[in-house]
Amino acid sequence: MPKVKVKRTKPTLDMTPMVDLAFLLVTFFMLTTQFSPEEAVIVDTPSSVSEIRLPESNVITITVDKNDRVFFGVDSKQVKEVLLNKMAGKYGVSFSPTEVETFSLLTNFGVPMNRLKSYLAMETDARKNYDKQAPGIPIDSVGNELGDWVHQTRLSNPKVVVAIKGDQDVSFETVQKVINTLQDKKVNRFNLITDMENRPQNL
Amino acid sequence: MAEVQEKADSGKGGKKRSKKMSVHLDMTPMVDLAFLLLTFFMLTTTFSKPQTMEINMPVKPDNEEEQIALKASNAMTIILGEDDKVFYYFGLGAPEENPEVIETDYSATGIRQALLSPRVKQNAKMTVMVKPLETSRYKNMVDILDELKITDTKKFALVEITDTDKQLVQTKLGQ
Repeated sequence: MPKVKVKRTKPTLDMTPMVDLAFLLVTFFMLTTQFSPEEAVIVDTPSSVSEIRLPESNVITITVDKNDRVFFGVDSKQVKEVLLNKMAGKYGVSFSPTEVETFSLLTNFGVPMNRLKSYLAMETDARKNYDKQAPGIPIDSVGNELGDWVHQTRLSNPKVVVAIKGDQDVSFETVQKVINTLQDKKVNRFNLITDMENRPQNL
Repeated sequence: MAEVQEKADSGKGGKKRSKKMSVHLDMTPMVDLAFLLLTFFMLTTTFSKPQTMEINMPVKPDNEEEQIALKASNAMTIILGEDDKVFYYFGLGAPEENPEVIETDYSATGIRQALLSPRVKQNAKMTVMVKPLETSRYKNMVDILDELKITDTKKFALVEITDTDKQLVQTKLGQ
C-alpha cells in the first residue's frame, strides 16, 4: 500500500488589508499628534464633569504642585520674550539674548526673579533636576511676583486666559493665595484645569 | 486523510500556458514597523485639550455699603473641612440663628441630596456660599463646584471662611 503523502503547505495570510489599515492609522496619528510639552512639574488634577475645553492658545497656566509650589507658564513664544524683558525692567535685572531665547522655550518655571538668571544659565538636564526642588514663584502678599507675572502678561497680550492647574492634595490655603493674587490684579474669571469625569445620569 | 492533488496538466488542448505567478512579498517586517509606529504615535499623542471649569469670582467691591445684604432665609452655607469632611447649614451662621450644622460627604448621597432638597431647589433666591477651611484640599473645592454644577445650582459664591464658621465646625466636631 502506498503511503499517503501529506502535502505541507505554508499557511499564507493576505496581510494587505491589515497593512492598509495600519498605515492609515499611522498617517492619522502622525498628522494629528501634538507632542505634549515638557512641564517642570507633574500634577494630578482633580476630576469634574465640566465639558469646557481650554482654548488652544493665549493661556496662562498657573501650576500648583502638591508641595505648595507655584509655577508659571505662558504658551506663546513671542509673548514670553516680551514678558521677560518687561519683568527684567521692573525688577532691574538684565537678560542676555541667549537667556531670553532659553526662557521663551520653557513651558513653565518656578523660581523667584532673583534666581531666574542663574536658572536660565543652567543646562537642560541640570534645570530638570533643579525643578524638583525649585522654590516656586513667591505668592506671599509681600513681594508677590506671581501677580506681576500675570499683570505683565495681560499687558502684553490682553486676550490671555488664566488657568489654574492644581494638584488634588494642595491645601486650599495656597489656592486661596493664588486666587487672591489674581483678584488683586482684577482677574475675576479664570479656569480650573480638571480631568474628565462622567456626569451622573440619575439625580 | 487524503488530499486531492491538483492536476498539473489536464492534457487537453496541449497548449502550454505561461504560468502566472502572483508576486508574493513578505510583508511581515513592514507590518512590524507599521505597528511599531502606530503604537508610538498612539501613546505619545495628546488627543484632547485639557478640560476646564470656568469660575467667576465676584468683583471686589470698592464700597462695602452699596452691597445688598443677603437674607438668612435665602442662604445656605457649605463648609469644607479637613479629611474630606463637609458641613452645611441653612442661614448665614449668625450665633443668634443657632444654625443646625450637618456633617456629610462628597458622595452622590451626601451633599448632592442636600443641594437637591426642596429647600434649595424651590427657592429661586437661594444662594449657596462655599467656605473652604484652610486645611481642606484643592480637590474638595473642585468637587463642591462640580456638585453645584451637577445639581444645577445657579447662585453660589466662594467665600472666605469666618471665625464664627470655624467655631461652628469646632462645636460640631466636639459633639
